[in-house]
Order: sequence, then C-alpha cells, then structure tokens
Amino acid sequence: MQYIPNILFLIIVVFGAGFFIKNCKKIIRNINLGQKIDPIDHKKTRWKNVLRIAFGQSKMVARPLSGFLHIIVYVGFIIINIEVLEIIIDGLFGTHRIFSGLGVFYDILIGSFEVLAFLVLLSVILFWIRRNFKRIKRFWSPEMEGWPKNDANIILYFEMILMSLFLLMNVTDYQLQLLGADHYNRAGSFPVSSYLLPIFENLSESSLIILERTAWWLHIIGIFIFLNYLYYSKHLHILLAFPNVYYGSVEAKGKFKNLESVTNEVKMMMDPNIDPFAVPSSEVEVPAKFGVSDVLDLNRTQLLNAYTCTECGRCTSNCPANQTGKKLSPRKIMMDTRDRLEEIGRNIDKNGEFKNDNNQLLDNYITREELWACTTCNACVESCPISINPLSIIMEMRQYLVMEQSAAPNELNISMTNIENNGAPWPYNQMDRLNWKKD
Amino acid sequence: MSEALKVPTMAEYLAQGKVPEVLFWVGCAGSFDDRAKKITKAFVKILNNCDINFAVLGTEESCSGDPAKRAGNEFLFQMQAMTNIQVLDGYNIKKIVTTCPHCFNTLKNEYPGLGGHYKVMHHTQFLKDLLNEGRLKVEGGKFKGKRITFHDPCYLGRANNEYEAPRDLLKKLEVELIEMRRCKTNGLCCGAGGAQMFKDAEAGDKEINIERTEEALETKPSIIATGCPFCNTMVTDGVKSKEKETDVKVLDIAEMIINAENLTS
Ligand code: SF4
Ligand code: SF4
Repeated sequence: MQYIPNILFLIIVVFGAGFFIKNCKKIIRNINLGQKIDPIDHKKTRWKNVLRIAFGQSKMVARPLSGFLHIIVYVGFIIINIEVLEIIIDGLFGTHRIFSGLGVFYDILIGSFEVLAFLVLLSVILFWIRRNFKRIKRFWSPEMEGWPKNDANIILYFEMILMSLFLLMNVTDYQLQLLGADHYNRAGSFPVSSYLLPIFENLSESSLIILERTAWWLHIIGIFIFLNYLYYSKHLHILLAFPNVYYGSVEAKGKFKNLESVTNEVKMMMDPNIDPFAVPSSEVEVPAKFGVSDVLDLNRTQLLNAYTCTECGRCTSNCPANQTGKKLSPRKIMMDTRDRLEEIGRNIDKNGEFKNDNNQLLDNYITREELWACTTCNACVESCPISINPLSIIMEMRQYLVMEQSAAPNELNISMTNIENNGAPWPYNQMDRLNWKKD
Repeated sequence: MSEALKVPTMAEYLAQGKVPEVLFWVGCAGSFDDRAKKITKAFVKILNNCDINFAVLGTEESCSGDPAKRAGNEFLFQMQAMTNIQVLDGYNIKKIVTTCPHCFNTLKNEYPGLGGHYKVMHHTQFLKDLLNEGRLKVEGGKFKGKRITFHDPCYLGRANNEYEAPRDLLKKLEVELIEMRRCKTNGLCCGAGGAQMFKDAEAGDKEINIERTEEALETKPSIIATGCPFCNTMVTDGVKSKEKETDVKVLDIAEMIINAENLTS
C-alpha cells in the first residue's frame, strides 16, 4: 500500500510525457508536409542568432516594459523548472527534497526559486492587467477575438496558479519544518514564503501536511497539464522559438528568393541555341506550380514559423497597411497558416492521408485584399522577436495570383505590360531614357 | 541647370576604348519622372564637379524588375534581370551606383543568384566614400543649423541595414537632424513599396503617405530629406495635401549637397 503514491506518480509522468511526445510528433509530421528547404548554411551565424535573439531575447527590448516583464517570466520559468526535476525524483522514489543534501547551495537554489516565483507571479498579474484592461491596440485586433484572446488569458491563469501553488507548497513545508514534523527536515531558505507564515501558524500539523501534499501534487499535475496545453495554444514559442530562430533568414531582408523553376524557363527562353519552334522534347518536366495557394506549397521553415508565432502582434502594430486601417495583418497571416495546417493535420489523422477538402489558404483564410495591401516594407520581419517572416508568405501567394491566375489588380497589370514592352512601369519609350539630360 | 551636364554613355566609353570608374544606374523614376529627374541631375552634377569617370547605359538601361518581382511576377522580373545582366556583363561592369533604393536592393541582392555579380552602392554610400577619400567636400552652406528630418527608405534601411550613410552626409551639411518617432529599424514605410506605387491602395481609413508625412511634420522641419525617388513623391504629395509645401521642402540628399552652394571638389 505504501507504494500507491509512487505508482500514481509514475502513471502521471508516463501519461503526461507520453501525450506530450505524441503531440510533438504530430507537429513534426505537419511541418514536414511542407516543401524541403535548402541545405543549412552560415551555421555559425545561426547559432549566434539563437544565443542573441532566442536566449538573449535581444528583440524584446524594443518595448522596454513588456520586454522586462517577459524576461522575468522567462528566466523564472526556466530556472524554477530545475525544481521540477527534484519534484519528479521525490515523486518516483518517495523521498522528500532529495537535493537538500547540497546544503548551502540548496538554500540558495530554493531561495532564488522563491524570489523568482514571486516576481513571475507579479509580472503575470501585470501582463493580465495590461492585456485585459489597458486598451493596447495589438491585443484587440479582429483576429484576436474569441479563442486567441481566451488562450492568452488561460496561459496567464495557468502561470498564476502554478506559482501560487509553488509558494503554498513551500510555506507549508517551511512551517512543518519549524514544527519539526517527521520527514520535513530543515532544508532550504524561504525569503518569500516566510512572510506568509503567520497565515498558517495556527494550523495543526495534520492539516499542514494535507495542504502541503495537495499543493505539491497539484503543482506537478499542473505542470504536466500546461506542457500538454502548449500544443493547443499560441504558447509553443517557449520551445519552438529556438529552432525557429536557427532556421530564420541570415540574409539581407531585402533579398527575396528567386524562384528556381522560373529561372530554368527564362534561361530556356533566352537561349539563342534553342529553337523556339521545335517540338517540345518528350522529357519536358511537369510544369511546377508557381507560388503558393495552400499551406502545403509553403516550405518547412514557413510552417515552423506558423507554429512558433505567439500572436503578440508586434508585427501587426508596426505594419503600415494595418496602421492605416487596411485589412492586412501579418499576425493574421501566421495564424491563418497555422489554422489551415492544423486542419490538414486533422484531415490526415482522420483519413490516413490528405483528402481534398475543397479548402485552401488563399481565399478561404487569407483574402486577396490582404495580400495586395502589403508594401513589402519588412517592418513585420524586423519587429518579430523570434525571427518569423510573414512577408515571405504574402509574396509567394502574390506569385500564385499573378503567375497562375493572372489576377493582379488591373493597374498593376498595366505597369507590368509597360515593363514588358518598353522597360519601364510607365508608358515611355525606352529610346527616350536619356532625354532627362536635355530638358 | 546652368552649365551643361556631362553624361557619357557606356557605348561612348567603349568606342573610345575606355572604362569608367562606376556605372550610374539611373532607374525608371530617375529617367522619366519629372521630380525624380531633378535628383538624377543633382547627382550627376556632383559627379561632374568631383570629376568622377562615370557612365550611364542610356537607352540600353531597362527596368531592374523590382516592381514586377514585388508584384509577384517572377517571370517578368527574371526576364528583366537576365536581359540587364547581359548588357552589364557585355560592358564588363564591376561597380554600380544608383539613386533608387529599389534598384539598389534588387541589383545587389537578387541579381547575383541569376549570375550578375557587381559591387552595388546607393548614392548616399557612394557620396560618403567620396567624402572619406577627400574627393568631395561638403559644408553646411545654406542648410547649416536648419531643422531637418530624414525619412529612411525601407529598401535602404531595413532591407539593407544602411542607416548611417545618409545621416553622415546630413551631419556634414551641419543641419540640426531631428529624428521622427519611428526611424531607422522602426521607420514607417512611405507607402510606395511592393509595387504599391503603381496601384491604388486597398480600402482603409488613411493613406500611408499621409500618416508618414504627419509624423515628419511633427518634427517641425524646414526640409524632409530622403534618399529614394518614390519616397520623395509620396512625401511630397503628403506635404501638398497638408498644404505645407511653401514651408516644408522634400529633398533628396544629393539635391541638398548640390544646393548647399559650398560644394568644392
Ligand atoms: S511587409 Fe507587408 S505585412 Fe509586413 S509590415 Fe510591411 S506592409 Fe505589413
Ligand atoms: S509573427 Fe512574430 S511579431 Fe508577429 S505575432 Fe507572431 S510572434 Fe508576434
């Protein structure tokens, strides 16, 4: 009978981790539905970016207040997770505070966890107030209505509850230590929860133990629920930001990819040795589809981008089109991409393979009006704290509209015809190109 | 312009068996747009004054393809690019300077993948080099102490991380540079990029160029400086719609240098 808690704990760990791994696999499968990417170059720069942008959060300082609070939550969360290791060992082997043998070092560790937990709690409350009561525009865009807004709040509640449970667990433990209860050896320092002691002073040992155990169990169960909630939330960035920054572009932002399939065709057209009237040879390649109309046309980095996006809206709040009331919102481009990819994932789960569902990213999720409003200014790319590139998706969808559907706005068609005929977007003769010199 | 400009073409250079130091890529706006032509001429005047051996392609130049590419017409872009590369390589061009950040960006970043490798500079970078080499002298002259704000062209700034060259030149002009709230990496687009110049904007509650102009006017400048013919048009239109065109001028940095009147070479 005495092993029941250990077995129960093992079951929780196995299910918690197992379910999490299952979801991870699903994400990896879905990302791999995308087009292959070029071999990874500039590895050194990429690692530097991971250190600077992902670990160092260098882009978060652009907005000092939220950047500062975010760093507290981030550091707190990472460091407090060392404690989770202890909890898991204790849970599996029935020990209590197994690391307490570390002596002074343990005191420092627990002490800093406590301070961090308190700061995290404070920051999360501030975040919650900011999000819900201060009308910060980027939190109130149309694409944030419904689930995305609830999702953001759920995460904040989660963190509040976890941190409170952590402190409750400590204060009751500390009180039990002071009472000299069995198993509760003097260990750790409690700079925050010692202030809470008076509340628990008059409780009996047995009620304290019940409280301590309950907080302990709920805390670890909460962590596993949180871990598994990630997959359904915008919060995957706490894991995916790192690979996402690694795979992000290391080139000048102005450099857009040249489509290779087009290069081949243009080269053929311009090659004087190729007889334009020759019968096409039998091994003509199946014409590639130009541009993007659905998520499976996107590449794997772009799909990883979509899973990583944390819906913070920094991109959208810096987008000139969005700021002047156009429908375009780069954040929505990322959210739509993820939603559509998830839809395809569910389709595959159900049917074993993807079955046409008469749905696609273009028109069903992202409208043409949004796509044509983009000035390709790169403000969204610059402002994303985790190296997401909404612009590349917009551009490739435009390519589909123009090259597969000839569906550019009419004025653009006129300019492009001009370029084709006289080498300028306006109807001037190329032979007049030097006339400026004379007038 | 009083004295005649010297604008030799590559063909003329070739006929004389000579090679210019640099090719000046004029661009479509610089060739055809009335406002942009003034920038072209100002830049040529500086080149003339500094005795730079440069040439233009003249009637052999064609659209760089930037608007086609950003509109999504990769075919047209690559056709333009490869045709231009043939011409440039035919003249064995090594170094290009241009007054248009869009041409600058595509020639610099997107042509290499199609076989065109050149050292490409924006004119503010080129002028800064001339300054450093002592071939161009810039002094405050009539802009000394004037309140001036600089609008970062997206394709010079964010796209290519060049924020300092134009500002260094402005410093040389001894202006009082007042930055807008959104500048450098944070700069707000003028609204022309991504082929927007050639179409009407989508429905919204404001034009982007008005938003940007309002922000520029908040700095109470006497001049809004920029380094792009398209930004120039957009902001000029913005200033006009605010009926401020008598108080506030929109000038390219090349025009400011030539207008400073203290230009010596
Ligand atoms: S590149 Fe397009 S989507 Fe991104 S900020 Fe600029 S206008 Fe908005
Ligand atoms: S793309 Fe980046 S900046 Fe935009 S909402 Fe997502 S995480 Fe935030």
